[in-house]
Amino acid sequence: MENVPLIFEKSRKGKEGFKLSPLKVPEIEVSKTLGEDLLRDELDLPEVSEVDVVRHYTKLSRMNFGVDNGFYPLGSCTMKYNPKINEEIAAMSGFTELHPYAPEELSQGTLEIMYDTQNLLAEITGMDYFTLQPAAGAHGELTGILIIKKYLENKGEKRTKIIVPDSAHGTNPASANQAGFDIVNVKSDSEGLIDIEALKTVVDEDVAALMLTNPNTLGLFEKNILEISKILHDKGALLYYDGANLNAVMGIARPGDMGFDVVHLNLHKTFSTPHGGGGPGSGAVGVKAFLRDFLPKPLAAKNDEMYFLDYDIPYSIGKIHGFYGNIGVVLKAYAYIRSLGAKGLKEASEIATLNANYLLKKIEDMFDAPKDALCKHEFVVSCKNWKEEYGVRALDVAKRLLDYGFHPPTIYFPLIVDEALMIEPTETESKDTLDSFADALRKIYEEAKQTPDILKSAPHATPVRRVDEVKAAREMKLKYQG
Amino acid sequence: MRYIGHAPSQIDEMLETLGISSIESLFNDIPDNVKLNREMNLPRPLDEIELKRELLNISKKNKAADYVNFIGAGAYDHYVPAVVKALVSRSEFYTSYTPYQAERSQGTLAAIFEYQTMMARLTGMDVVNASIYDGASSLGEAILMACNIKKKNKVVFSGAIHPEYLTTAKTYGFGNGIDIVSSVYTSSCETDWKQLEKLVDDNTAAIVISMPNFFGVIEDVKQAEKIAQAKDVMLIVSTNPITLGLLKPPSDYGADIVVGEGQPLGNSLNFGGPYLGFMGTKAKYMRRMPGRIVGETVDADGKRAFVLTLQAREQHIRREKATSNICSNQALNALAATIYLAYLGKNGFRDVAYHSHANTQYFINEAKKLDHIKIINPKVFNEVVVEVNDLDKKYQTAIEHKMLPGLKLNKFYPEQKNRLLIAFTEKRTKQEIQELLKVLGVS
Ligand SMILES: Cc1ncc(COP(=O)(O)O)c(C=O)c1O
Repeated sequence: MENVPLIFEKSRKGKEGFKLSPLKVPEIEVSKTLGEDLLRDELDLPEVSEVDVVRHYTKLSRMNFGVDNGFYPLGSCTMKYNPKINEEIAAMSGFTELHPYAPEELSQGTLEIMYDTQNLLAEITGMDYFTLQPAAGAHGELTGILIIKKYLENKGEKRTKIIVPDSAHGTNPASANQAGFDIVNVKSDSEGLIDIEALKTVVDEDVAALMLTNPNTLGLFEKNILEISKILHDKGALLYYDGANLNAVMGIARPGDMGFDVVHLNLHKTFSTPHGGGGPGSGAVGVKAFLRDFLPKPLAAKNDEMYFLDYDIPYSIGKIHGFYGNIGVVLKAYAYIRSLGAKGLKEASEIATLNANYLLKKIEDMFDAPKDALCKHEFVVSCKNWKEEYGVRALDVAKRLLDYGFHPPTIYFPLIVDEALMIEPTETESKDTLDSFADALRKIYEEAKQTPDILKSAPHATPVRRVDEVKAAREMKLKYQG
Repeated sequence: MRYIGHAPSQIDEMLETLGISSIESLFNDIPDNVKLNREMNLPRPLDEIELKRELLNISKKNKAADYVNFIGAGAYDHYVPAVVKALVSRSEFYTSYTPYQAERSQGTLAAIFEYQTMMARLTGMDVVNASIYDGASSLGEAILMACNIKKKNKVVFSGAIHPEYLTTAKTYGFGNGIDIVSSVYTSSCETDWKQLEKLVDDNTAAIVISMPNFFGVIEDVKQAEKIAQAKDVMLIVSTNPITLGLLKPPSDYGADIVVGEGQPLGNSLNFGGPYLGFMGTKAKYMRRMPGRIVGETVDADGKRAFVLTLQAREQHIRREKATSNICSNQALNALAATIYLAYLGKNGFRDVAYHSHANTQYFINEAKKLDHIKIINPKVFNEVVVEVNDLDKKYQTAIEHKMLPGLKLNKFYPEQKNRLLIAFTEKRTKQEIQELLKVLGVS
């Protein structure tokens, strides 16, 4: 195998890719218009031909693995199929060529989509108002927690704490911290649900909110959710919903009906928009009516004549994005909702849950896993027994799965499970795929017993072998230096 | 069954394996009183033909998308080459997740490494992260970073910063009680350096300037450097990357953190997003930087490979002690920027900057010959503020000519009546500029 290539190494002096025709307006002397002392020396960018560029990035793309390449059961990430028609729609020039400050009368199409999406998401979640401004889940969390902060401040209350379960995603405590709160952790009980007694002891008048995802990160439904909601609300605290796991409950149960006051959704998970190798996403935030006046500005709105951007939000937290959010992503989510409708979305959640339970059943005997437990759209198993008996870790299992042509599950999350594999198959995967994944895991289990070194030195069939993370962190080569 | 993988008979087989008779029973753990128990009230499902027809019709209501566009103000109508669109449409890139499994994600990782390299060269900074949500939020993150480094909680903004960046930064600052104060701008739409300096006190972590500024003006950046040094505060510079095709990198005038909107680099307008915020800093601050960073390493065979690194700063490890909450960023937009920079290359990139600037200068020089267009400050790069009589009427005439003549500044500054902020890219033709002059120049 060879080094992973870099475009800089293809550069040859004088090669050209993109080239503009000569200027039609008069040439200028930039030393005069900009000033000699502000001009830069040579700019060191590659000199490559168009074919060089196309071949290089095509080659890089082939070293990647996406949902289109195969099964991608990355827990908590909902790597469902990304419909092609949605890509085609989002690429329509009527959408892509629209400037954010174009006059509203001439931007009615996108404003209509924004307005409709706000309302569709409200119906799906049982909330009253939505903003589309946050660009990702974590951005939505920050927005939501700032809304809560502003609301409490406006009421004259100075609450300083946010509670997060010990199983929460890292962005939850990080977002609450970024919003200026102290974090209080609450532990899970033996079933993997929030420990109600423990919760009661930490909820007091200083608590602003509890952040929760339901189903939780173990894939279990917090069945005491109404009691949890009452505990918080009785003390004047609010309930925040991390919607990363909405794919389990669309059309079945809604966070708004569970007592949540603020939710964020990851449109790049539940609503099928592609993850792009790490974004762009969209972290739309929904609130109950009493929080509407704290949302970021502007909201898409409608009067008798037209759609418009409504800046009349009296206690708005301000803006969280320079413009209105990742609208190109919102469009794909909108197209998805319009394709599926109420029945289709519910069916997506049902099949996602069926797939998770089926796959769990097929593999549970190999792992430390709660037997015969009901999971929702995802589940967590522990490789603790693999480690103790055969000396292989969740990481090794993940790497070996790559050799079998699968993207591995999420590993080492949630933090409360040792050697965790967090598996989320999604509804778009077939029984055949689930069966072959289960078969691969079983083969790997046998390998772990008989030839554990194959796992420890995996992967073997990937574009590169196992990478040295320690060396990267030690040497910190963060750019190409020739 | 839209986007479901099974044949109906397979669903039955799966239920049998589970020993249950219906899917519904998989939801028995959800208490009845939180179940919806009705169908969601959503429009009926559309097939692909209906969906495409409907969305195409909606897209046509965006009439402005077809107009000749002279609006900039943070989002620019540069050309997006076919090469960029074709390559970012490769599904190995766009259907993958964040590159957690490095061995099967070298495509994304190598491209981000190239992005970090090219953006570091462009901005002159030592390290650049893998992207933040957009220009405004990258500035928001930069002020939090500066306040953490300096252990202070005030930031002083130039009065000539994009007003929506200021609003966004204030929202980012609100959480931790960061005091953001803004100086005024002068009558020539420049930063008022004297006033800015006065606002800097012992509690100030950083000053923030934009170069060029919101009004398109090339700022006297040496002033910013001087103030930052004299007052021992950090200098945060927000910049338009296209202008760095000709202008000195902010490192040259002492920037500690450089941020900006990366949209002009190969990303379509899309009504404001998805774009990408970039952020670069000095080596000594790299452990304080938010966001993902890719590093070079080797694989088990000793071959060069890439991996996410410096993760001890991040939320999944440090939780509430992380430098930021950011998780997903704008990777595909950063990929577009990478391919754009590589494809345009050394000369092509400079040409785009030069053509944009030359078009602007052409407009200014021609406008000076006309009585009814006042140029507020001609020392600009790709954007200029003009004052005209009867703006509303002329704006309307432009619209009738299918032209967006610029941004009316009274949207943000009630005092700036009859003023337009006009942007020029390499896409604007001589003829289009002449037409704009004709519309604005009538008495
Ligand atoms: C439970 C949960 N919350 C929040 C997030 C953060 O979402 P994003 O990466 O879009 O910021 C994730 C994503 O991994 C998640 O799984």
